[in-house]
Amino acid sequence: MEKIKSLADLKKMQENLRAKIELREKSNDPDTRIQVKVAMATCGIASGAKEVMETFIEEFTKRNIDAVVTQTGCMGYCYAEPTVEVTKPGAEPITFGYVDVKKASRIIDKYIINNELVDGIIPVNYQSIDKN
Amino acid sequence: MAKIKYHMLVCGGTACHASQSEEILTKFKELIVSKGLETEVQAIKTGCFGFCEKGPIVKMMPDNTFYTQVKPGDCAEILEEHIIKGRKVTRLLYQDPETKERISDSRHMGFYKKQIRIALRNCGFINPENIEEYIARDGYLALGTVLTEMSPEAAIEILKKSGLRGRGGGGFPTGLKWEITRKVKAAQKYVVCNADEGDPGAFMDRSILEGDPHTVIEAMAINGYCTGASKGLVYIRAEYPLAVERLKIAMKQSREYGFLGEDIMGTDFSFDIDIRYGAGAFVCGEETALIHSMEGLRGEPTVKPPFPSESGYMGKPTNVNNVETYANIPVIFNKGADWFASIGTARSKGTKVFALAGKINNVGLIEVPMGITLREVIYEIGGGIRDDKEFKAVQTGGPSGGCLTKRHLDTPIDYDNLIAAGSMMGSGGMIVMDEDDCMVAIAKFYLQFTVEESCGKCSPCRIGNKRLHELLEKITQGNGTMEDIDKLRNLGTVIKDTSLCGLGQSSPNPALSTIDNFLDEYLEHVKDKKCRSKVCKSLMQYLVVPDKCIGCTLCARNCPVNAISGERKQVHLIDQEKCIKCGACLEKCKFGAIIIN
Ligand SMILES: Cc1cc2nc3c(=O)[nH]c(=O)nc-3n(C[C@H](O)[C@H](O)[C@H](O)COP(=O)(O)O)c2cc1C
Ligand code: SF4
Repeated sequence: MEKIKSLADLKKMQENLRAKIELREKSNDPDTRIQVKVAMATCGIASGAKEVMETFIEEFTKRNIDAVVTQTGCMGYCYAEPTVEVTKPGAEPITFGYVDVKKASRIIDKYIINNELVDGIIPVNYQSIDKN
Repeated sequence: MAKIKYHMLVCGGTACHASQSEEILTKFKELIVSKGLETEVQAIKTGCFGFCEKGPIVKMMPDNTFYTQVKPGDCAEILEEHIIKGRKVTRLLYQDPETKERISDSRHMGFYKKQIRIALRNCGFINPENIEEYIARDGYLALGTVLTEMSPEAAIEILKKSGLRGRGGGGFPTGLKWEITRKVKAAQKYVVCNADEGDPGAFMDRSILEGDPHTVIEAMAINGYCTGASKGLVYIRAEYPLAVERLKIAMKQSREYGFLGEDIMGTDFSFDIDIRYGAGAFVCGEETALIHSMEGLRGEPTVKPPFPSESGYMGKPTNVNNVETYANIPVIFNKGADWFASIGTARSKGTKVFALAGKINNVGLIEVPMGITLREVIYEIGGGIRDDKEFKAVQTGGPSGGCLTKRHLDTPIDYDNLIAAGSMMGSGGMIVMDEDDCMVAIAKFYLQFTVEESCGKCSPCRIGNKRLHELLEKITQGNGTMEDIDKLRNLGTVIKDTSLCGLGQSSPNPALSTIDNFLDEYLEHVKDKKCRSKVCKSLMQYLVVPDKCIGCTLCARNCPVNAISGERKQVHLIDQEKCIKCGACLEKCKFGAIIIN
């Protein structure tokens, strides 16, 4: 990795990375990337988030679905761990609570493939500052 | 198969459930079938929207229309108007209590605006192990800007203007602290991140380090530049293995990208960070004890002054800040001091992260603007008290804080108001209690914690807290006198006034604030020998109701200490001397013949 040598370097790099993320988040092509974020803080891991994440990755590979599975920090819904946020291209992110291995497969079958919802959705009750 | 176009989310939380949400869901499902819309519309039950007051809630996706107080009779109209004709049912839209305006998009509702994420902005949003995602979200931009475009003095000025105060408990103005450290002349200075987080039930700092470690690294580097330190130390408890690991990964990446190390981003500023492990003693969160612990000495506090800013780690000027304090700093530089200062109350700016716990529906981590009321936090964000029980108190500030009551529900939460109400902000634990919690027992619980965690260096704290605990123990056992309550008050005040460090200076708070706010419960324990919440075992009696007892002997056979006597088919009797109040008889009796008095 080449070190960042100046503020301008950083800004350039940020520009590129931002475009990448934007592409990922706002893509209108429904056949491209779907984002799955698994909350992997202590609370999530303790309630099985690792297995859930593995299930997502395995299932996506098996079914040839182009999706990005990432881990993230605590979303704050500790009462409903493991929690998983699914963002389909062009749609608002949806957070699912109490996701176990079985439910992970159901989320793929129902929501990701068919756009049907699955029980246990957590309403998002905050806004991020960048939306202000 | 046709793609579903509409999702109708029907709240399935406890409160909405009680107000007919189940019927609404069934009704929608029937209507969808009867209109032949199965392939286009889907009705689904969700978790609580937290907005129980106006339930049942129906939310239409993807347009985010939020219908409140929906009745089964309204379902046909919603389907007909909203879905078939594409018009909103105005009379069911949420009405803003102040402007009386009907708001259709839930994102514009007051309630959903109640949480603002500054410190937690990236938690649950980015992958904490990928520095590029952090950079894409303005990561290290604040550091770059400060290093290239600002003098340390100018940067400190921004911080002062923002009004940021320390989130570790004390609430000391952060900009001022940096200025003091900057002004001390020394060849070597240090900045420290306090990630000890010892309050029982608190996990704000852990979540930040696990979810967004780069923000802490970036802020520490800014701190180093402003105060003139080239070395940062993170003091973290070894019980946080995941946070440690993520922090290590982040530090490594940060070095690779050149945000830590020599000549950062082409400037002549050099800075790096080391991790120091704590063994999980509460007192080591106190900054002087923390510094001694890092020096390899016993984790005991020393008298201030000298403050760490003057003489800290290895006798050098040391700037100690809390994890959450740091997490706010990059945002302040990116969005400006005025933006930050526009959030919050007159003397407490920005947001605070709370770990919401106890008898509340939505246990979790929340970030709210300063000045929000306890009522909003408990009922709107927290979803109210579990099992529809009655709210009794909320404990803030952990073992150093106090209990607030119904009276305080509408007090805006900020540093000064909480202190005026006899509690404190602390690091952000917020434990909600209901009618089943005994306030004397709660005070005793916290005192027990303090007694165990006192370092023992000074006698008011070491001996005094032990005495307080004994007095509380005596009261919960039914042996308390009125004099004991006075003693608690007097001794508590003396301990606060004479202890060396913040631990002793605040440890009597749980006892003093419960005496102030729940004197009637203390009096009941002392005078009537009663515990209304049925928590204090010594004050309970398990009794057999003669009319209901059929003499099945089941209780007698299950009592572990043979305290129950009685012949088969005869009414049984519990020997109160022998009874250890384990409750086994109550649990086993099939006839409801055992009661607690
Ligand atoms: C008994 C005791 C425990 C403390 N525990 C912590 C802690 O766990 N984390 C923390 O950041 N500050 C803790 N503090 C406060 C620190 O002494 C210090 O004020 C704080 O780290 C300063 O950072 P801030 O100005 O950013 O809040 C504690 C203080 C006392 C008296
Ligand atoms: S107040 Fe308590 S914890 Fe603090 S120095 Fe004295 S004995 Fe130790």
